[in-house]
Amino acid sequence: MTTEPLLSMEGVGKAFYGNRVLRDVNFSLAPGEILGLVGENGAGKSTLMNILFGMPVIAETGGYEGTIRFQGRPVSFSGPLDALDAGIGMVHQEFSLIPGFSAAENIVLNRESLKSSLLVEVFGERIRPVDRGEIFRRGKGAIEKLGVSIGPDMLVSEMPVGHKQFTEIAREIEKADTKLLVLDEPTAVLTESEAAILLESMRRLASEGISIIFISHRLQEIIDVCDRYIVLRDGEVVKEGEAKTADLRDIARAMVGRSVAAVESSGDEGRAFGEPILSLDRLWVDMPGETVREITLDVRRGEILGIGGLAGQGKLGIANGIMGLFPAGGTVTFEGCPITLNDPRSALSSGIAFVSEDRRGVGLLLEEPIKLNIAFTALQMQNRFLKKRFGGLLTWRDEDALDELAREYIESLAIRCVSGDQKAQELSGGNQQKVCLAKAFAVRPKLLFVSEPTRGIDVGAKKLVLDTIRRHNREYGTTILMTSSELEELRSVCDRIAIVQEGRLAGILPPQADRAEFGLLLLGATRGTTGEVAS
Amino acid sequence: MKKTGLDGTFRLDRFLLTNLVPLLFIGLSAVAIPISQFSGAYLVQEMMIRLARNSFLVLSLLIPIIAGMGLNFGMVLGAMAGQIGLILITDWMILGLPGLTLAALIATPIAMVLGWMCGAILNRAKGREMVTSYILGFFINGLYQLVVLYGFGKVVPIKSADLVLSRGFGVRNAVNLLGIRNCLDNLIPLSIQGIRVPLGTFLVIGLFCLFIVWFRRTKLGQDMRAVGQDMDVARSAGIPVERTRIVSIVISTVLAAYGQIIFLQNIGTMNTYNSHEQAGMFAIAALLVGGASVARATLPNVFVGVILFHLMFVVSPMAGKYLIGEAQLGEYFRVFVSYGIIAVSLVLYEWRRARDRAYARRSLRGGEV
Repeated sequence: MTTEPLLSMEGVGKAFYGNRVLRDVNFSLAPGEILGLVGENGAGKSTLMNILFGMPVIAETGGYEGTIRFQGRPVSFSGPLDALDAGIGMVHQEFSLIPGFSAAENIVLNRESLKSSLLVEVFGERIRPVDRGEIFRRGKGAIEKLGVSIGPDMLVSEMPVGHKQFTEIAREIEKADTKLLVLDEPTAVLTESEAAILLESMRRLASEGISIIFISHRLQEIIDVCDRYIVLRDGEVVKEGEAKTADLRDIARAMVGRSVAAVESSGDEGRAFGEPILSLDRLWVDMPGETVREITLDVRRGEILGIGGLAGQGKLGIANGIMGLFPAGGTVTFEGCPITLNDPRSALSSGIAFVSEDRRGVGLLLEEPIKLNIAFTALQMQNRFLKKRFGGLLTWRDEDALDELAREYIESLAIRCVSGDQKAQELSGGNQQKVCLAKAFAVRPKLLFVSEPTRGIDVGAKKLVLDTIRRHNREYGTTILMTSSELEELRSVCDRIAIVQEGRLAGILPPQADRAEFGLLLLGATRGTTGEVAS
Repeated sequence: MKKTGLDGTFRLDRFLLTNLVPLLFIGLSAVAIPISQFSGAYLVQEMMIRLARNSFLVLSLLIPIIAGMGLNFGMVLGAMAGQIGLILITDWMILGLPGLTLAALIATPIAMVLGWMCGAILNRAKGREMVTSYILGFFINGLYQLVVLYGFGKVVPIKSADLVLSRGFGVRNAVNLLGIRNCLDNLIPLSIQGIRVPLGTFLVIGLFCLFIVWFRRTKLGQDMRAVGQDMDVARSAGIPVERTRIVSIVISTVLAAYGQIIFLQNIGTMNTYNSHEQAGMFAIAALLVGGASVARATLPNVFVGVILFHLMFVVSPMAGKYLIGEAQLGEYFRVFVSYGIIAVSLVLYEWRRARDRAYARRSLRGGEV
């Protein structure tokens, strides 16, 4: 390795409208070196990469601090195409491939080899015919460089996911002067064996002098393939070192650790719970971006069960699948009776309620008054708050009962509003969330799903919402499944916390467990290369 | 869509589903032809004429489909440009092939301007190209009427009294194209067993097919295919998406102008205010009958479509007459069919797309799938 670094970042920082997301990031990368970049969702990884690639969003929000040097010179790219020209390639989590094109055509996309043509003089460069033989040869060469076997003329639409990922990487390395490659969670969609091949390819590329920044949630891979790693948390580099000597547990702790004081104890450890009220058996849910692959889980009557996990791992899919909002399969048993999946009425009529993470989309009727929002599910599903007229021929809404209901919940949940007749869209985020909760409570559910209850609301309101959930559980004995991205929030309310990773249950921990334990589960580090699930 | 499954085996259900529309038409024809009592020779002659007459118009639809802009209802714009060319050469009394060529030369810049405008507007209506271009056709029809009703005779001098309305300006409702009638069809006279073959027109159509095959292999064609399948991916690879889409519409509009000129030289008379209106609808219906979809169309789709669609056109009035004693029924049937087929194809396409999407996600679904 040469002494001069290929890429170095010096004091890089960034704030969005006064909200600091990156602070004084320093690192350097030598040619042929693989750097692992680790961090929770929102730790600043994406912002860091956006700065490197000169994405317009950075410049539009006031630029960044610090200096980036590439090959010794300070650089500031004005867009991803600019960065590509300089020799920095990026492989995204979402595939950017043309489905009806072959692997080779995708690899050389917009850099096709062209034949000469006399018509160029009249119609310009784009009229030159493409040289299919040459494209095939170049595609083949790039695929071979990776050390995998994909037919260059195979259509992308007919490829398994792993092949798509390799095709995308082949495209980046086919560019003549790619010196740095950024791989953003490339193994997330791969099977174990495909991931192993990818790691092998990365080592080959590195040995040819290409530097790689490898972003992954699979810690074992970082340790296996990287030379060095850095851990980002809340926009700061909290840990860095040699991958050879790294300890999984240390990295996991560094990643999820918060500077806040120990979790305030919920004060009732060792609560006893009854028999299972809800049983999931091999549940799968096809929710785009939150796929649940296979989950088997028992929920006991009266408990608050937390469901945690990193974004995109499938934790949100569970509630959405059981409530029938996305295609699902497997068996779900509630109080001994099976729930019909793919049918929202089935779950609702058996006494399950759902507070969606999509508050403004699924959760609220924004144009309608608060009182109707609160009563809506009860009215539709249980025919409550209705008056019969003309011997049952016509059914009216019972406005008095609605007012009474609204008054009751506005008071008990401290919803800040003018009256129950105010429109839901006029409320603040926190108060809208309380209306969502009231709507679910009004059904008097036996089981309640609450997804991301504190997303997008301010700190004070967060505590109120969490208190409301806990109080409802204590007072009415409602079993609650709470899904949240914020581990600390789960630890403060829940009796048990299940961690979902890659659509599967990684493990269940008590809230008092060590942070490192949670970190290891979140990152799937306990699922070794053989794929066994930690109990 | 491939006829074979992922494992390479022939899948009958998939084949039937993909070719549902053409198969339906073959079935209908098989029933209607015997009832109509037409002779085989007559039908072959009719199909010859109609292939020559309509193929070029239908072919002009292919390039926007490659670029992912769906069925170009905006080809009516090109048809109008072609008609303006024809009106002018008729007035200038330029006959035969030179007249035809001059009409095409006049139509080209008009079609290019209209096509560029249409493309620029469609770039602001991504995902709604078809309905936008359809309505755009109505709007430009208004401009066309303004030009033809007031401009010709007032701004553009028209000498021929046969062309101008008696008030002194505006073009008459019917324009006789005797000067160029069949001049391309009969350029190279050929008759096989009493059946006239419009060889000249077929040669032009053949050249056009070669052009499309060649065009798909150019860098521009490759870019259009990329843009057509995924605009965002194409853009991130540095392909100028908007420009590519405009170029595809300009090419289509210019070709539609030529197509309309060829169509009218075969008919021999032009209905000034109506000829262009149905050009788009019938060309699109023919293409869909040939088994094309909104996102995919091939050369065989064009020719199979023209033959099947027009076979129905020729046969159905007579079949109706013999069956119910009412030729009007066939008239009604052809209009019903062309709108119906467009509706069915659009619905089928969306349905297939949803199914394919579910199929593509199958690996994400557990157990029984």
